[in-house]
Amino acid sequence: MSRSRTVILVRAAVLAGLVALLEVLCRVGIVDPMAVLPPSEMVGAMIDQLRSGELDESMVQTFSTIGLAFGVAVALGTLGGAVVHAVPRLRRAIDPLLASYYAVPTFIFYPLLVALLGLGKLPLVVLGVLSATPAVVISTLAGLDGVPPVLRKVARVQRLGRARTLWLVVLPAALPRLFGGFKLALSYALIGVIAGEFILSGSGLGYSISFAYQSFDSRAMYGAMLFVLLVAVGANTLLYVWEGRLARRRLRT
Amino acid sequence: MTGGVGDIAVMEEPHASLRGVVRRYGGAQPVHALGPVDLDLRRGEFFSVVGPSGCGKSTLLDVLSGLGRPTGGTVSFEGAELGGEVPDGVGVVFQEDASFPWLTVRDNVAFGLRRTGLDGRETARRVEHAIGFMGLGQFAAHYPAQLSGGMRQRVCIARTLVMQPRLILLDEPFGALDQQTRLLMGDELLRLWRETGATVLLITHALDEAAMLSDRVGVMSARPGRFIDLLETGWPRERDSRVVSDPAFGALTSRLWSSLRTESLKTMGRAA
Amino acid sequence: MSEIALEPTLAAEPRSRRGIRALDLAIVTALLLALWQLVGRATGGIAITPPLGTLAYLADLVQTSLFWDHLGATLLAFAIAFAISAVGGLALGLLLGLRRFAGDVAEPILAGFYTVPKVTLYPVVLLVCGLGLSAKVAFGVMHGLVPVTLFTLGAIRTLPPVLVRTARAMRLDGWQTMSRVMVPACLPDIVNGLRISFSLSLLGVLIGEMFSSQRGLGFLLVSGLAQHNVPLTTSVVFVVVVGAVLANTLMLRLGRGTSGRE
Repeated sequence: MSRSRTVILVRAAVLAGLVALLEVLCRVGIVDPMAVLPPSEMVGAMIDQLRSGELDESMVQTFSTIGLAFGVAVALGTLGGAVVHAVPRLRRAIDPLLASYYAVPTFIFYPLLVALLGLGKLPLVVLGVLSATPAVVISTLAGLDGVPPVLRKVARVQRLGRARTLWLVVLPAALPRLFGGFKLALSYALIGVIAGEFILSGSGLGYSISFAYQSFDSRAMYGAMLFVLLVAVGANTLLYVWEGRLARRRLRT
Repeated sequence: MTGGVGDIAVMEEPHASLRGVVRRYGGAQPVHALGPVDLDLRRGEFFSVVGPSGCGKSTLLDVLSGLGRPTGGTVSFEGAELGGEVPDGVGVVFQEDASFPWLTVRDNVAFGLRRTGLDGRETARRVEHAIGFMGLGQFAAHYPAQLSGGMRQRVCIARTLVMQPRLILLDEPFGALDQQTRLLMGDELLRLWRETGATVLLITHALDEAAMLSDRVGVMSARPGRFIDLLETGWPRERDSRVVSDPAFGALTSRLWSSLRTESLKTMGRAA
Repeated sequence: MSEIALEPTLAAEPRSRRGIRALDLAIVTALLLALWQLVGRATGGIAITPPLGTLAYLADLVQTSLFWDHLGATLLAFAIAFAISAVGGLALGLLLGLRRFAGDVAEPILAGFYTVPKVTLYPVVLLVCGLGLSAKVAFGVMHGLVPVTLFTLGAIRTLPPVLVRTARAMRLDGWQTMSRVMVPACLPDIVNGLRISFSLSLLGVLIGEMFSSQRGLGFLLVSGLAQHNVPLTTSVVFVVVVGAVLANTLMLRLGRGTSGRE
């Protein structure tokens, strides 16, 4: 216990040290303060921006897009994974597809999506779904594979029907792996949507960063950037902690 | 003496019986795993099956429980033929840890009862009784991950027990446990058997376990598994692990071993 | 390394299944092509050029030096970025894997960095490196370095201690233990990490080109969109997809070879 606490403390110290180093480098002028804002000013810029409310609209836009993409990806991916798992032939057929899916930078489809669906929320949602769904499918397959056969046998001895076996035995047994997939899906959806907004879009947090960059407004740029990074890290940490709680109970010795 | 086991129990209607049961597995290299096997289990007896590894002991349990269908022959329980389903009144304890890691001990034990339509108070009473009976009282709120292997196996036994099965099938339930724990679990099993009055079929690879616990022991041959010997131990119903110091115990285990030695050598690819 | 990536579980299969598998693959490919054709047709070619049209356009495109210029620019940036990611990630991974405490401190930081939308940092990269090759390379490395590091680190951590003890029992010295026992034992994971790094370095370079560059396939993609040159956009996407899938398949094979499964 004390070792893990030391690790956490050292980790915090390392991060704080890096931030302090950057601050000093900027202040002394080794890093051009015109290019990189000192961290203290980044925080100030972020607070100003949040206070002024100029990011409010972008936030609503971006978070609702990510939420929608994530929700669709989880539903589609879990369902799709379950179907593929149930049909071995189908699984063999799409195995190579899944294996190379993340080798292709999904993001390059974005221009096509924009051409197809216009420059609104829809292509971003589709992009998010495209980047997140396969992760859910893969983790669903892994989760279902990982259900110990003996638990299915117990379900039969207890004379549960198909639906109850799925709901009461298979799903809880597969949950830790499913959760891992959901976690990845959230970060993939987040990365996809924000990258889309950043490269080619007319609204959202990603857009406000690239807009600030194009108009040489580095305070606005760093403020929005820091906010996005903090939100992403916060969301991931939350899921990480939750997953840890879930897993701790069941870790088998 | 293949297939002659059933003749002994002609007087009474058998509790469960196998008639000419054969199990083959298909595939690229077909395997003849079991049989033909005939077996009658007497109501309320403690029957053990021993045999060399890979002889089809687990297949026998699969077929008898209704988890698997035989390729040939018939299986019946309480007079009714099995049809690919586990019938009501049969409980199975597996060798692997089959406790549900997402449920507490209490919820694990209550798992089956919650779906029987039994009223809440009766459910709780039976669950607490099973938990107490298996000595899990102080762990009722624990998750399986917090328990040792032996304790988890107790959870699985309690989960079976609470359904009040009339036939309990155990597939090497203590296979993964150390010797001392095995002996103690054996005593628990005897106590359970006496109190519930259920018929028990225990599959084991431990000759001493079979000799100590059973009324009768069936010895199986190397694959395809058939019964090659059958022993009546003659132990009184009130017995426990102390029978190991009885001179008869040594005679029993040595007879079991002499029946098994040839078969075990066969599975290791050697002539006797 | 479930923290950062998921591996589809490919079942080992008997040779008799190979034929069926090839057939399945053909069917899947045909379905994808049909879908492509259908979308192209349904939208009247305003968004996506159908397969045959794309191939025809591509046949002309590869005869222009313009295309090879852009492809060359992307490949150069990618090659440098991947090389830095591979060597740097391996070294960092070995170091953090052997120094347990440092590894424990660094791992969540690296994993956290992996899941963050790094595009938002691209303006900073541009401001620091300026427009051009070095910005693209830096961005590629930002994407590609972490996976190799984490996979190598994870592999060394989960190495069965008995292997190292065996090495000691055989009186191997530190260097021999590393080169003869640890690296070979970790190789399948390392190759896996390299495979993921490969795709992510490519992604980093392409995004860099899409946002702000005058050269490379990423630039070509965006300029195709801006000029409403649908066949160009579709062709570039096609080239990238085919290239990425081929490279990935090759590395998957390699990975399976090292883990002794085939």
